Amino acid sequence: MSNNPSSAQTPGTALDDSSVTQLDLVREGARRDGVEIAHYRPRFNVDSPKSRAEKRIERTIALCFLLTGVAALGFVAIFAFWEWKYQPGAGADKWFTPLLGTAMAVALLGIGFGLIIWHKKLMPEEVAIQDRHDGASSDDDRVLTGATFANLATEAGIKRRPLLKGAIAFGLAPVGLMAVAPLGALVKDPGNKLYTTGFTKGVRLVRLDGSPVRPDDIAAGGIETVFPGIPGGTTNEYADSPTLLIHLRQADSAKVRVPAKYADFHYGSYYAYSKICTHAGCPASLYEQQTQRLLCPCHQSQFDVLRGCKPTFGPATRALPQLPISVDSQGFFIATSDYKEPIGPAFWERSA
Amino acid sequence: MKLPKIKPAELPAKGAAWADDRLAAAGPVRRMMNKVFPDHWSFLLGEIALYSFIVLLLTGTFLTLFFDPSMTEVVYDGSYAPLRGVEMSQAYASSLDISFDVRGGLIMRQIHHWAALLFMAAIVVHMLRVFFTGAFRRPRELNWIIGIGLLLMGLAEGFAGYSIPDDALSGTGLRIVNAIILSIPLVGSWLAFAVFGGEFPGHAIVPRLYIAHVLIIPGVLVALISAHMALLVKQKHTQWPGRGHTEQNVVGHRMVPGFAAKAGGFFMMVFAMLALLGGWFQINPIWLFGPYKGEVVSAGSQPDFYVGWLDGSTRLWPAWDITAFGYTIPAVFWPTVVLPGVVFTIAGLWPFIEARFIGDRAHHNLLQRPRDVPWRTALGVAAVTFMTVLLISGGNDIIAEKFNISLNAMTWAGRIALIAGPPLAYFLTHRICLGLQQHDRMVLAHGVETGTIKRLPHGEFIEVHQPVIGGNGHEGDGGHGSSAAEIEASYKQIPVPKKMNKFGAGGPATRGFFRSIEEPDAPEPSTAVATRSEDGDRQA
Repeated sequence: MSNNPSSAQTPGTALDDSSVTQLDLVREGARRDGVEIAHYRPRFNVDSPKSRAEKRIERTIALCFLLTGVAALGFVAIFAFWEWKYQPGAGADKWFTPLLGTAMAVALLGIGFGLIIWHKKLMPEEVAIQDRHDGASSDDDRVLTGATFANLATEAGIKRRPLLKGAIAFGLAPVGLMAVAPLGALVKDPGNKLYTTGFTKGVRLVRLDGSPVRPDDIAAGGIETVFPGIPGGTTNEYADSPTLLIHLRQADSAKVRVPAKYADFHYGSYYAYSKICTHAGCPASLYEQQTQRLLCPCHQSQFDVLRGCKPTFGPATRALPQLPISVDSQGFFIATSDYKEPIGPAFWERSA
Repeated sequence: MKLPKIKPAELPAKGAAWADDRLAAAGPVRRMMNKVFPDHWSFLLGEIALYSFIVLLLTGTFLTLFFDPSMTEVVYDGSYAPLRGVEMSQAYASSLDISFDVRGGLIMRQIHHWAALLFMAAIVVHMLRVFFTGAFRRPRELNWIIGIGLLLMGLAEGFAGYSIPDDALSGTGLRIVNAIILSIPLVGSWLAFAVFGGEFPGHAIVPRLYIAHVLIIPGVLVALISAHMALLVKQKHTQWPGRGHTEQNVVGHRMVPGFAAKAGGFFMMVFAMLALLGGWFQINPIWLFGPYKGEVVSAGSQPDFYVGWLDGSTRLWPAWDITAFGYTIPAVFWPTVVLPGVVFTIAGLWPFIEARFIGDRAHHNLLQRPRDVPWRTALGVAAVTFMTVLLISGGNDIIAEKFNISLNAMTWAGRIALIAGPPLAYFLTHRICLGLQQHDRMVLAHGVETGTIKRLPHGEFIEVHQPVIGGNGHEGDGGHGSSAAEIEASYKQIPVPKKMNKFGAGGPATRGFFRSIEEPDAPEPSTAVATRSEDGDRQA
């Protein structure tokens, strides 16, 4: 099938022979690299005038690259001159990104199609076969390299001088420790931070804007996210403190059953529960008024508000901690203490 | 001084000679150019991952010019009116600036995000290809392990990447990660405080993730990718069994020009697709989420797909805290630390597990068709089923809402499917593989259906079959005389022709769009059959 089979077979083609063609040299190079070009057939006869088919492919490839040029210039023009700055509403700026993407894609596709058509339609068909020379090194290599390594120990005389062995072990082992030690800078004592929030006795419950909350502010059946009324209390400095203040309707309030130890945590029909899910720490903030359930949208744990926010479905294992609340002399909600247990996700040292 | 006369036509040769005088590179360069690459579409999947990675480096470098990872609170004053005056971290504000106030910033961000998704998707599909064809077997176990390392590093890189804009969604993800670290026995709370530099969220995590995202993990990725490619060059590609393909050779195109032209073109196409995605399809619209606040969350909060399966496992895992002697192992620990640990350990060690299990210590350069190793294919599909159930469960709230299904029912369906799905998938896949093998053998025994009905002298109608193996029985008889042993011997675990056009019966299509540009070649079915029969012999 090859157009010049004789040269492929001759070992050691004389490279300076004047009759040797360029292709012969390529084959010889490949042969020396363990590659046999088993099948090689130009798609068009380069000695005869271009056929219609060949001209058509030539035009197609040229068109691809010309299209790339046009699209790339288009990209630059759009980038430089198109209205790009964001304006509210529907404006020309909304087309900036799609136009850039289109121009970039057309430019790249032009190169891509051009190259691939070139390869598939113009360049010679070829099947090349390469030897693998797989597997391990030769036995000789293994023996010689093995001896070279083994000789290291002999040259160093480790066996003869055991003191050195011990000295190296004792001397160098701490270097590893020295390398790791700086990571110790990362260590921070958790202290009691996982057990406390921003709430303490007498701290007001405030909204995100810092304003304190009165009982009248929340309609029956309503909820409000509240924060400790301390400096920075509404910021991420106190990401463990967001609390859900729920005003139950009278009918629902009558149905509430909570363990005796939480009996005086609520204020009338107002209940405050930690907003931080006891499972993975997302805010469990989707409140379903009809079924009195709180849902955490991250992993779908569900908490029964009428049963002390005990989990009723999903992967959460513990009830949302309840914040003991009351109202101060000016009629604003306050916490009567911090939460009685760690809020949020569990951890090793947390007992039950 | 006289200037040497420069002849442009001689410049390449002179330049090459100059370099070779100093580097003696002529031999190695030619050897590289002559390296043979086999040709199959499934070998391009890993390339997609590589090209996406290059796009990630290019767009990522652009983004670093404008991104500021500081968690200092600032008041936003940019072009996006709905958030003007809102307090947010500098990281989030600069991410908004990249989206609205940097020329071309939005498309770079979106191409970067799409490229990350494509990178991970291509790695996964490439890995499945390698698994189902047995390409991981000796001598390529090391490259399989490096590949698993790339998958893990890609996951970490992607997570760090979508966490640093510090929007409400990424902050929620970080909070879950905080809970996951807290759940680790003994050291959890200390580890979480070390990672976050104090109690969540602190001010350290975004700058730390940023340096991991732009320096540490990309460094590891580049090193692993280099090792992956170096081993590939050293060990050469696997190839499908077929005509002239043996364990000792590689049949295909030389790298230059054939493979280089195709690979270069393919890179451009992958990049073009990412440009279209980045230009037209919104991804991670952080301005809709707002800045991260500890009390804020939205329904339908999902991570990117390569983390989504872990979200799914966390949703499905039952509420099982273990508490004893005043210590707790939280429920979160099992689906988020133990499960991925087990999954990646088994995946990483798979080449060794399989070799030990079936006692196969041989060198393999020829691939296996999935149908020919039914148990491995079935195991792979079972594993894919397991991961898919987890991934779907990671979005089960969306499904519940869109299809009006109870959320709790979705969770239970996921739990049941997670346990029942993989065995069922194993059984079905095993049967399908055997069935496909059976069909191959049937065609070998009876030949290919030609659609030609012949009436015999005594009135019987038969369909003419084109025999696939030569020399056995007459044409039309379809090799009915072949014995079971002969068929078994002729089944070479390579594709069997099943349609007459594989024998050239249809003839080549006429080329040209509006009018023909050439005379079509005459079909030559008889010679084609002869060639095909040779294949079988050569295989042996």
